[in-house]
This record gives sequence, structure tokens and C-alpha cells, in this order.
Amino acid sequence: MSNIPTAADSIPALTGSSDIAKKKRFDVGLVFWIFTLWIAITVLAAIFASLLGLQDPNQGNYDILNQGPTTAHWFGTDDLGRDIFSRVIYGARVSLTVGFGALTIGMIIGGTLGMIAAYRRGPVDIIVSSASYVMLAFPALVAVIAIVAFWGHEIWKITIIIGVASIPLVFRVVRAATLSYATRDFVTAAKSQGATDWRIITKELFPNVLPAIISFYLIGVASVIILEGALAFLGLSVQPPTASWGNMISESRTYLSQNPWLVLFPSLAMVFFLVALNLIGDILRSTLDVQESQL
Amino acid sequence: MTMASERSENFPIHDENPGPLLKVRDLRTTFTTPRGKLNAVDGVSFDLARGETLGIVGESGSGKTVLSRSIMSLLPRSGLEQSGSIEFEGIEMLSATPDVLRTLWGAKISMVFQDPMTSLNPVVRIGRQITESLRLHTGMDKTEANAMAVSLLTQVGIPSPEQRVRNYPHQLSGGMRQRVMIAIALACSPRLVLADEPTTSLDVTVQAQILDVLAKLQEERHMSVILVSHDLGVVATRTDRIAVMYGGRIVEIAPTDRLFRAMAMPYTKALVASTPRLSQPSHVRLTAIEGRPPDLVHLPKGCAFSPRCSYATDKCHSEVPPLTASRDNASHLFACWNPLPSTPVAITTTPGSSAS
Amino acid sequence: MTRFVLRRLIALIAILFCISVGAFFLIHLLPGDPTVTILGPNDTPENRNALLKELGLNLPLWQQYLTWIWNVLQGNLGQSFITHQSVSKIISSAFPIDLELIILSQIMALGFSIPLAIASARRPNGLLDRASTTTSFGMLAIPPFILIVVLVLLFSIHLHIFPGPGSYVPFQQDPISNLHTMILPAIVLMVGSTTIYFRLLRADLIATLQQDFITVARSKGLSDRYIMWRHALRPSSLSLLASAGLNISGLVAGAFVVEYLLAIPGLGFELVNSIQQVDYLSVQSITLFVAVVIVLINFIIDFLFTVVDPRIARE
Ligand SMILES: Nc1ncnc2c1ncn2[C@@H]1O[C@H](COP(=O)(O)OP(=O)(O)OP(=O)(O)O)[C@@H](O)[C@H]1O
Ligand SMILES: [Mg+2]
Repeated sequence: MSNIPTAADSIPALTGSSDIAKKKRFDVGLVFWIFTLWIAITVLAAIFASLLGLQDPNQGNYDILNQGPTTAHWFGTDDLGRDIFSRVIYGARVSLTVGFGALTIGMIIGGTLGMIAAYRRGPVDIIVSSASYVMLAFPALVAVIAIVAFWGHEIWKITIIIGVASIPLVFRVVRAATLSYATRDFVTAAKSQGATDWRIITKELFPNVLPAIISFYLIGVASVIILEGALAFLGLSVQPPTASWGNMISESRTYLSQNPWLVLFPSLAMVFFLVALNLIGDILRSTLDVQESQL
Repeated sequence: MTMASERSENFPIHDENPGPLLKVRDLRTTFTTPRGKLNAVDGVSFDLARGETLGIVGESGSGKTVLSRSIMSLLPRSGLEQSGSIEFEGIEMLSATPDVLRTLWGAKISMVFQDPMTSLNPVVRIGRQITESLRLHTGMDKTEANAMAVSLLTQVGIPSPEQRVRNYPHQLSGGMRQRVMIAIALACSPRLVLADEPTTSLDVTVQAQILDVLAKLQEERHMSVILVSHDLGVVATRTDRIAVMYGGRIVEIAPTDRLFRAMAMPYTKALVASTPRLSQPSHVRLTAIEGRPPDLVHLPKGCAFSPRCSYATDKCHSEVPPLTASRDNASHLFACWNPLPSTPVAITTTPGSSAS
Repeated sequence: MTRFVLRRLIALIAILFCISVGAFFLIHLLPGDPTVTILGPNDTPENRNALLKELGLNLPLWQQYLTWIWNVLQGNLGQSFITHQSVSKIISSAFPIDLELIILSQIMALGFSIPLAIASARRPNGLLDRASTTTSFGMLAIPPFILIVVLVLLFSIHLHIFPGPGSYVPFQQDPISNLHTMILPAIVLMVGSTTIYFRLLRADLIATLQQDFITVARSKGLSDRYIMWRHALRPSSLSLLASAGLNISGLVAGAFVVEYLLAIPGLGFELVNSIQQVDYLSVQSITLFVAVVIVLINFIIDFLFTVVDPRIARE
């Protein structure tokens, strides 16, 4: 297109912010490990939810409607007497599957295209870049809502739709990150020694853009989890009685004044997880950025 | 010189004050670094008379920039320790409050920086970058300041200044930008200009022009100038005195012609030998000074130059030589146990090209 | 300058053409039957076919597209299948609401983030900086729907400061009550923008303050305040500008969660309604309108780039 930077070229929270207080080694501090541990616990709990001996998340009990936290029900019960603790953990399954799944799809397709486009330049780059511009100008949320509404609310469909919708953005980020390396000496050197394109991309470029990719991945997962929640509020995510953080919060609206616990626990679960993702993404970026500049 | 009369109305010159313009005594500037305390300036003392030009030379890392920024009190305060005294027009700079400093900066004492490519704000027009200090310090209104900016640009030799004030820095060449920097520094007719390697990043012909402009304006306005350079050739023809720095200290200081007639420090001699000369065919290799500049965190014992000095004796390796006056000339000081015999060195000093 | 505008215009038209095709086929290739929404699930196939014919939905897709785009080019966005309201009318009553929300929220966001970023960048790692950086992290992780639930609980249900969901009043009818109802959603939208703007601007300001020209400005005796606003802010605002562009584009029809939860009939609200009712024409025309607005916003942002930084050539 042109050499004018457009809004899409500098995606906020990705290209900006590198602090002056730069650290030398991979010295990320305690906070990093605490939040990593938190993510690990949440992910493991979601995967092995059925082995944890939890109460059935969808089994109501009309004797204990809308209770606050008790020893039997740590997070209390909802308007159908279901155990909120168990629902929060099972709900994590949906949010996490959509979040990690969609971004993985976006990364595999958009990331590969981005690296190829930045490495090859020329017509390939022009075509894919132009396509990404067009897709970015398309109101993506509208497309996602429309397709989910018409195609269906199964978790795998939502994952694929959001994943595909994330491709142009992932493409732009990875392309920008790769571009800054594609012209560096070590790439030129590898080329002159007759390394194949595949080898250069996988062995020279990929390891270098990996830090940027990982941090974008984590922050991207956070945004997709929010998007899934928003879909749930429109009734466009997984259908009840299946729990997701989003639809638990959405359903709780009706009982807000009677039972604030209902909104509290899924919200906390979600917010903590999002904080952890954002924080780790940010720490990784600022730490790994420095190592790159020391090359 | 209609300008001169205009200027003296706006900036009354109080040269009637007796005594030197600047008195530096035992100045120490220490940075706290991860490796330990770094003595970037280590006990520097000198005086600067009104209208005088002092050259400061030394290898890279010898502390020239830190010294000149210390004099201006412009260093970032965090991790910084300073002691000694810097008296400028009777004001103690080291203990001056930021408010006092701001009334001096740009008005009485100003600085020309090394790299004109990064010293101008890329998104502010040239005109504003000149007029903002004028309006701040002299209370001129917009029109007066603009007219002054145009006349300043004329004085530093920029063609069609009326158009240039509306330009952004990227529309100017490196040489032109440094002229603009000089115009900025001289806008309020300061008493002292610190020029920190003002020409290092420019090509040779432009270097001479820029230094000529600076010298001309200095003479017109009777300012003092501290001209920092790692190139003795640059300062040789344009200074009244030269101070040679090594490892954060002044190791030799003398009037310019005296220095070249009777330099005492082997380090000064080595510096001269490493200076490129225009008269030299360009294929003649420069003799770089052997060895590395000292580590300022862990200075060598004795004379800091001794590890690299071919004249060094045991005494040099164990005792720090004090800065003492030469026997035959009280204005020539050096810090050396084994000074060189006085032999004139062949760098031509063109008399008259230096100010005052 | 003319060339800059011309080149952009051509790119713009190309992009809009692609989007019109995309919007059209996206909607039509999806499963879903408008006749079910209109006639109910139990009507006869004959009636359905008659309706399809009446709506022009029996023609080949490319013909439908051409008819639609031809009408759009003449300024006729069509009619809703279901409510028979003209789409132009839907847009002209819904879009001003989005515009109001965007303006309110962005003014608040910039009004908060710029001074805060400046104050923080002045002393990186100082008390204020650490407090605001940490807070911004927390805020970044609060999704709008949680925020709105909490704010409604607090301000509407408990404190009765702002009206709750469903109390939207059009501006023309009563500007004061309108503003009163719009403050809560604007705050929700503001929070996300503020955190991002703050973080970007703070980081860029810290980098800019390391530059030589800032030392030069200090050496002129200028005050810290003047240096911040006159010398540091502008060269530090490019990322802020880019992200404001993205944010504002995202809010056009993207504020649907907030609009939906508070029953504010903005563009996002209308769009979600139309989608749920399989209202082809409304969806594709509104989508196209939103795309035009987004493209225009990007156009303006690109232009602002050249204003903020004269080095960016208008080529
Ligand atoms: N802010 C700082 N923090 C720590 N050390 C510093 C700082 N500024 C300068 N130094 C150190 O002080 C010493 C003197 O540096 P200075 O810049 O004054 O040298 P110089 O003589 O101006 O060299 P050059 O000719 O390269 O400009 C160097 O060792 C440098 O690393
Ligand atoms: Mg220097």
C-alpha cells in the first residue's frame, strides 16, 4: 500500500512500551511466577475437572437456592441450587477452550502467512497484506456475531469463527515482528550460505520472533475470553445449562440484588485469569525485548 | 552593526564585574553504577575569564561531556553525587535550586550539543525552537522574537531565514542544523557557551564554517566559550587556553601557544600524534594511542596514564602526580612526574583566529 | 497533498467494494431463512415462495447483489424485511447514539489518560507511576460486561445516582436526562480506552524524555511543564493516535454489549437485533455503513499522523 503508517500497523499494547528500567537476565521476579502458577492451576483444573470429585455442575437442588458460601458449597449456590464452585471450574473449560483454541488457529494460519510475507516480500506480501487490510476494515465483531447466530453455538464452531476472525490481526503483528529481522545480517548470511527458505524461516526467523508471538498470544487469549463472554451476554455462546464464565455472569444479572455471590465468583475467576495473562504477556515482552536488543 | 546596538539594549552586558566568569574548584562528579562508583570527573579546578575561550580535549570517555554538563548542572539527579564548587557569576551552581538554574540556563549559560541530528525537536518548527527561550528570558513578544530569530539565522549564515523559521528540522542539512543550534544557544546573548564537540558529526569543510561562525559571534558579543573536542587540531587554532583531560582529571592546562611550544605530558603528545591534519595526505595512518582508556570505576594506582606511558617510572605507577605549575610559566600546569623536555610541536596556530 | 488524498480515495473505494461483497455473501451464504422469521415456522411452502419472490430473494445471488449495490449507490439502503422501516432511518436514529457515546467516552478517556501519563512519566517507577501502572493492569482485565454489572449494582440499584437499564431518553427529547443516562455507558467504554492510552503514552513519553532534544530544551531554561506539553507530548503521541483510531473504529457498532445490557438503541443494538431476526437487508446495509465509517476514521487518523509528525510524508 503506502509508506504511511496506518492504525493497523501499530497495534497498541504490542508495539509500544518498553520500559527504561530494563533488566539484564531473564529476571522476571516473583509476581511472574505467582501468576504463571495461577494460570497453570486454572488450566489443569479445567482439564481434569471431572477427576476432582466436584459436584455435578448442572445438578440443581431446590432446597438450597441462592445460598451464600458455606463449607459444603464454597462459592454458594445459584438460583437453581447448583454448586457455583463446580460451575466456575467447568465454566473455565469453555472460556479456555475458546480462548486458547481460537488464538492457536489464528497463530498457525496468520503467523505462518505473516512470516512468509515478511520474508519473501514481493507479490506474495502485497496480496496477503492487502487482503488483511480489507479484512481489518470489515467490522469483525459483526461478522463473528452474524456467523455464530446463523451457524450455531457449539463450542468448536465459536472457536473456529473467532480463530479465523483473528487471522488478519495476527498476520499483521507477526509480519511486523518478522520484518525487523528479515533484513538483519544473520539472515543475509544464512541466505548466502545457501540455506533453504524453509530452513531460514524455521531456524533463523522463528526463534527470534517467538518472544513477540508468545506475548501477543497471551494477550490475544485474554481478549478472546472477553469476546466469548460478550457473546454469552447476547445468548450466542454455549447454551445453558452448560456453564461458561460468560453465561454465568450473564445469568446472574437477574438475581443481582438478592444474591451478589452469583456474579462475584465467576467474575473474579475471569478477572484474575485475565490479569495473569496480560501481566505475563507484558513481563515476557519487556524482558525478552531486552535480550533481543543485546544481540 | 545595527544588531549590536539593538542587542545591548536588550541584554545589558555586565562585564564590569571583576574576577573570572567561572570558577571551578575541586569538582567531583560520581555516578553510581552496577559495577560501583564511577568518578567521571575527579577533582577538576580551573578559572575562566570573561571573553576567554577554553578548549577541553581528551580521548573518548575522559569525562569531557560530564564535566561540561556538570558545569551547567544539567545532569540527571538520580544516582549522582557531586562535590566541590562551581561559581558562575557569583552563583554557586551545585547548590542552586532548579528555579535559579532555569533563570541561568539559556539566558546566561547555554550549550551547543554534539549531534545536530538529534538535538532539535523533529516536530517543532525551527522558529519556535529559537524564540521560546527569547520569549521566556527577555519577555519579547511574538513579533519581536520572530524578527530576532530571523536575524539570528542570518548571523549564523543561513540563507533565506524568513522561510527557514517555518521549516522543520528534517528539512535542513546537518550543517544547517548545527547553525540553528548555535543560533538557539546564542539567542539570549549568554555569558558562557559550552560547545560539546559541536562539529564532530559534520564533515570537515562544514566543521570549519561552523567554528568560524561561533568565533565571530563570540567576539561580537564578548562571550566566554568552552570548546570541547577530542580533536586537538580543532581547538588549536580557536582557543586561548587548552585543558587536557584524562580519566576524569585535568592533566595539563596551558595557554594554547605555550602548550604547543612546551607540552609537558606524554599523554598530550600522544594526543597530538593521533590528531589528523588537513595538510597530511589522507593515506598517512594516524598513530592511535596505544592501550585502552582507564576504567573509571577502578582507576590504576599512581598516574592514570602510567600503564600506557612509555616514559613511566616506578614512581608513576605508585603515586598520583599533582597538578603543578611549570617552573618557567605559572599559567602552565601539568600533572606528570617525568615531563617532556620543551620542544615545540608542529601544529600551526594561526594567531588572530581565536577570539579576543 | 492532492495526490495523498487521491491515492487514499482509490484505496478506499477498493476496500469498500470488497467489504460490500464480503458483507453481502457472508450473510447470504449462511444458513437461516428470513421467511421463517416473518411467516413463522408453520406456513406453507407456496406462501414462502411468494414471499421470497416479493423480497427478490429468489433471484441468483449476483443479481441480488447488483440490485442492492445499485440502490445503495443511489442512496437507498433498502427496507427492513421485518419492521418495514427504511434502513437509512434505522441508521440515522441509531448512529447519533453511538457518536454521542464515542465522543463522551473518548473525551473522558483522553482527559484522564494524558495528564496521568504525563505525571507518571515524569518520575518513572515513582509512587504515582507504580500505582497507576498497577491499576491500569487491573482495569485492562475487567471486561465491559462485568464492569457494567458492577456499576449498575452500585450506582443504579444501591446509590440511585444514575438510571438503570431501559431508561434511555433521546437527546432531542430531553438533553439533560439523555446525558444523565449516557454517563454510565460512557464510563464503561471509557475504562478500556483509558488504560490502553495511558500505558502507550506513558511508555512513549518515557522514551522521548531520554532524547537529546529534551536535554536541549532543558538547557534553554524552559519549565518542566512546558517541556512536557510542548516538546515531549507530540512526538510521543503516535501510538496513542493509532490506538485511538482502532478503539474508535471498534466502538462504531461495537458497543453492542453495553447498548444491549442498558437497552440503548444504538447501532450495535440494532445490528444484533437484525442478525437475530435474519434481516438480510438491514444487516448488510448496516455493515456496509459501519465499514464506511471505519474506513473514514482510518483516513482521518492517517491524516492526523502527518499533522502530528511532519516527517511522515504526505506522499
Ligand atoms: N549517566 C551516566 N551514568 C553512568 N556513567 C556515565 C554517565 N554518563 C557518563 N558516564 C561515564 O562517564 C565517563 C565519561 O563520559 P563522557 O561522556 O564525559 O566522556 P567524553 O570525554 O565526553 O567522551 P566522548 O569523546 O566519547 O564524548 C564514561 O566512562 C561514561 O561511561
Ligand atoms: Mg562527550
